[in-house]
Amino acid sequence: MTEISRRKALALGSGMVALAILPMPANASIEQVMEDIKTFTGGAEATESSIIKLEVPEIAENGNTVPLSVSVESPMTADNYVKRVILLAEKNPNPGIATFHFSSRSGVAEASTRMRLATTQNVVAVAELSDGSFHMTKSTVKVTIGGCGG
Amino acid sequence: MAKSKPRVKAPKSASKGDVVTIKTLISHKMESGQRKDKEGKVIPRQIINHFSAKFNGETVFEVTIEPAISANPYLQFKMRVEEAGEFEFTWTDDDGSVYSKKQKLKVG
Amino acid sequence: MKSKERATLSGIALAALLAPGLLVGGEVQALPEGVETVEVKPTSKDHPLDEIISGWQYRSPETQALQEDDFENPAFLWVEQGEELWSTVDGAANKSCASCHDDAADTMASVGANMPKWNKALDKPVNLEQQINLCRTEQMEAEPWKWESAQLLGMTAYVKNQSRGEPVSVQTDGPMKPWFDKGKELYYTRVGQLDMACSSCHEDYYGKQIRADMLSQGQTNGFPTYRFKWQKIGSLHRRFKGCMKNIRATPYKVGSDEFLALELYTAWRGQGLPVEAPAVRQ
Repeated sequence: MTEISRRKALALGSGMVALAILPMPANASIEQVMEDIKTFTGGAEATESSIIKLEVPEIAENGNTVPLSVSVESPMTADNYVKRVILLAEKNPNPGIATFHFSSRSGVAEASTRMRLATTQNVVAVAELSDGSFHMTKSTVKVTIGGCGG
Repeated sequence: MAKSKPRVKAPKSASKGDVVTIKTLISHKMESGQRKDKEGKVIPRQIINHFSAKFNGETVFEVTIEPAISANPYLQFKMRVEEAGEFEFTWTDDDGSVYSKKQKLKVG
Repeated sequence: MKSKERATLSGIALAALLAPGLLVGGEVQALPEGVETVEVKPTSKDHPLDEIISGWQYRSPETQALQEDDFENPAFLWVEQGEELWSTVDGAANKSCASCHDDAADTMASVGANMPKWNKALDKPVNLEQQINLCRTEQMEAEPWKWESAQLLGMTAYVKNQSRGEPVSVQTDGPMKPWFDKGKELYYTRVGQLDMACSSCHEDYYGKQIRADMLSQGQTNGFPTYRFKWQKIGSLHRRFKGCMKNIRATPYKVGSDEFLALELYTAWRGQGLPVEAPAVRQ
């Protein structure tokens, strides 16, 4: 079996993903995420921006370990750098995933981790730059569960 | 594993001006506080809640960590090399334990 | 992610730029660290499969990526613990594994690929976990480690990792024959409320979707394996138990003769496949 046939099969299978979601009680709401963003920005507007990039898989084989990588375009000099990036999950029991605190010494505003996602949902990233501006992006991850529910 | 053990992959040497990649991993179950035991009681949260990377005492990168980070937390980030010195990586556990690891970096 | 890049990469020129990789249908394919192939042809004529394929092949690119580099692979937290324990003295005989076996890189170079193995004294086969505990009780005069304990998982992962890249090769004739036959019988016997055998999924439907999941051949060359579901490393017998629970059967016990026979038979089904332990699965 080749890589290609597996990919095709995965694509075919994705239609079934929606049916395969674990019912999770007391999930965070989008309102709660908006609230968290407001706290993060101190009320300032976070604009959807292409300077911030979020890399997540389209489909995660298991919600326990989903790779995530975020990067923000910035010269990362002492007077122009990315201060923080907050990561939030719209449908986890609590929206918070992590907050990366960069410094001008980071050189490049880029970091990766592995997260838990309770179900198929959007992951939101908001960056705070040293000039006080806030930039936002989001990406959907489909979370599947095993064939026998295992 | 009972006691958390960190793993770090960072270069041993670099040139001034290089942006180097640092990878870290620590063994930890990251108990989310969302799970229940067999009797239906909530298993209390116990996670690594903070990570910091210092170089020659100066904080380069820090992370505030929530229970949504996977067990055995993995973090990868960058640092621009200005001078030779020593990294110090620190992980803080909810139970107050602090795990740390140091590594030297040569410049030349 | 790495995966998306991989999907768009193709051609021979690029193959040279990447880390050890296979070229399949003109597409560059990465491999798990430490092995040169994830597919082999069966050597024995009566093998039920036309091709023997590692479970790695059935996983998503993101899952595969965690096994392409030993640092990314969280199972190495256990391998490192095993390495420490290798030279840690324990028990009344005041010995460590290293006291008898010296450098594991030399002495354990193929052990993991040949388990389970016949044990004359016990008049039965033993697997790696059991052999480790036999060493502890007989040679070190130490307490055996509990199945699925961090120590036993760490040591099993460490020892098996020494055989990484070595083709799986188990003895199935001689005194092993009845155990092999028993394992085969178990493999094809339907059990549980869902009335399924191992073969119902892993022989008849490998490479096909079971709901959102992709069925593998159930190869064992990656065990002990780090599973996202477990959020840690686990033994092959734990995986057997999980499968049995999934088909609503009453699982045998870890370390039982039934699982030992099944371990022998499933190892034979993967004969020739390089050891990948510790693998990463979903």
